[in-house]
Amino acid sequence: MIKYIVKRILQAIPLLLLITIICFTLINMAPYDAVDAITTPDMSIAEIEMRREAYGLNDPVYVQYLRWLNNILHGNFGYSLLSHTSIKYDLMIRIPNTVRLVLPSYLTAYVLAIVLGLVAGSHRGKWQDKLLDGFCSFGLSVPTFFFAMLLMYFLGYRLKLFPIMGMHTIGKEGSMADYLQHFVMPYLALVFGFLPDLTRYVRGSTIGQLKEDYVTVQKAFGANKSEILFKHVAKNVLIPLITKLGMALPMLVTGAVITETIFSWPGIGSYFVKAVSGLDYPIVMAVLILSGSLVILGNLLSDILYCLIDPRIKSMQ
Amino acid sequence: MKTKDVKKTRNRRLENVIYEFKHNRQAMFAAIYLILVILVSLFVVFVKDLDPDAIDVMNKLQGPSAEHWFGTDNMGRDYFARVLYGGRVSLLVGVLAMLTSIVLGVTVGTVSGYFGGLVDNILMRIVDVFQSIPWIIMVTVVGIVFKKGLFSIIIVIGLFSWMEIARLVRSEVLTSKEREYVQYARFIGVRSLAVMLRHVLPAVFPTIITAATAAIASAIMTESSLSFLGLGIQQPMSSWGSLLQQAQQYLQTAPYMAMLPGALIILTVYSFNKLGDVLRVFVEPRVQAGEKE
Repeated sequence: MIKYIVKRILQAIPLLLLITIICFTLINMAPYDAVDAITTPDMSIAEIEMRREAYGLNDPVYVQYLRWLNNILHGNFGYSLLSHTSIKYDLMIRIPNTVRLVLPSYLTAYVLAIVLGLVAGSHRGKWQDKLLDGFCSFGLSVPTFFFAMLLMYFLGYRLKLFPIMGMHTIGKEGSMADYLQHFVMPYLALVFGFLPDLTRYVRGSTIGQLKEDYVTVQKAFGANKSEILFKHVAKNVLIPLITKLGMALPMLVTGAVITETIFSWPGIGSYFVKAVSGLDYPIVMAVLILSGSLVILGNLLSDILYCLIDPRIKSMQ
Repeated sequence: MKTKDVKKTRNRRLENVIYEFKHNRQAMFAAIYLILVILVSLFVVFVKDLDPDAIDVMNKLQGPSAEHWFGTDNMGRDYFARVLYGGRVSLLVGVLAMLTSIVLGVTVGTVSGYFGGLVDNILMRIVDVFQSIPWIIMVTVVGIVFKKGLFSIIIVIGLFSWMEIARLVRSEVLTSKEREYVQYARFIGVRSLAVMLRHVLPAVFPTIITAATAAIASAIMTESSLSFLGLGIQQPMSSWGSLLQQAQQYLQTAPYMAMLPGALIILTVYSFNKLGDVLRVFVEPRVQAGEKE
């Protein structure tokens, strides 16, 4: 097992390096650079050139890349071009904010999807299934930001139930009730965003499992429907779902970019969008590295979970 | 003899699709809606009175009335006209981005599946790399490099949505290249390119069609999200997504501005998805035969 994990991590490293190389090249292709962002009209060309030299931007691209890589490996993410704050420090504040929002939403959607998917799959073709499947295809067509806008309009402006923006009211940073009030709308938007896809997935694999031989055998033994569904089918449906859980890991960082931007939630997503529109590329690179590593880590995690849970795979190794 | 057989099965597949449309009310609705939207988008330019850019500051942010069916926006422009013209942009982006991603995906998938070995390995690793970064991050990063605008948004969406199609096509090609007629064509020395185009691709065609309808839906969705974030279509041009971005600023005073483009996005994406589901009947015979699943 440990050998397998080590092997997988070693395989992941070149992939991650490749991702950073691609991004670095892309950003170097951009028609402007870090110095353009900080020049003011009253600087002379010589002055600008001096800065460029000082930042090392006149070195060949691969030298710049290696320098940047070296910094990252030492845990130094650099500084924001616009606000000059340490990116590492910013990330340490913002990541927990995003996690606090995405984790509960994803888990809620996950649990709901298991229940709804099992119900729909086991009643294939009946009204429960038609209703849920209809909901899913509708849900998949609604842009998250539009649903968020509807929430904002009806719950925020009309009924005035919840505050529209941010995570805290100024001056009430410690208050849990205040936090929860701010939390409800982005939470609902995210649950609605995650739910249809997951439900479809559970429904599909439930239908697939119900066709399996062991179900026929159980039926022949006279087991009743709910016993088959919850004792046998549910178990087998959950296994592939575990892999989904691993793959969802990067969502902890990038899963709420749009929702955070709409509700001005101070997480990674809104940080990233602001950096992109301001061409603050060290931040863009940092978020990219973070999400790339999380994707690879997530895939690894889901494989390991799969191995731990499914005895058939364990015996293969 | 052989061509006749192929034709027969094609026709049966076509019949299946027609049957499905007749008996599935949602599919029927989707088809009619899409035809309507496409026709309106094509011919709206010929309607003289509808000008999406006519500014009338005296009548800004007015609710729906007889003169302006869906009210006016913050500069007094007729909102109905803006939404119809926005639909042109949204659909155009959807279709062209789909074509970009289909061309890329089919090419990579076919080459990868057909040649196998080292080529396959390299191409599939590239697919892995592209797939391992969340789309929203990738699209925005590339958006920095290209100048913002219609063309770049099409390229950007196309560049980051072909991986799934490549995988699908590759697995189809892997099975279809083992068929006798393909083997025979290779044996008598037909060039690889000709074999791929004439013998392998037609077998994959149904899969491509299904993937294409889904790709339009997701491209429209991606475009609207990007435009909503202000990273997509830029003023004065507008798409449904960028209309919604504006609408957000006036949500409290003019909520009607959000409803129309939002509803149209939902209906359009829903219809393209539904269409894709129905067209899957094309591929269904093989699903039933047990080659898939």
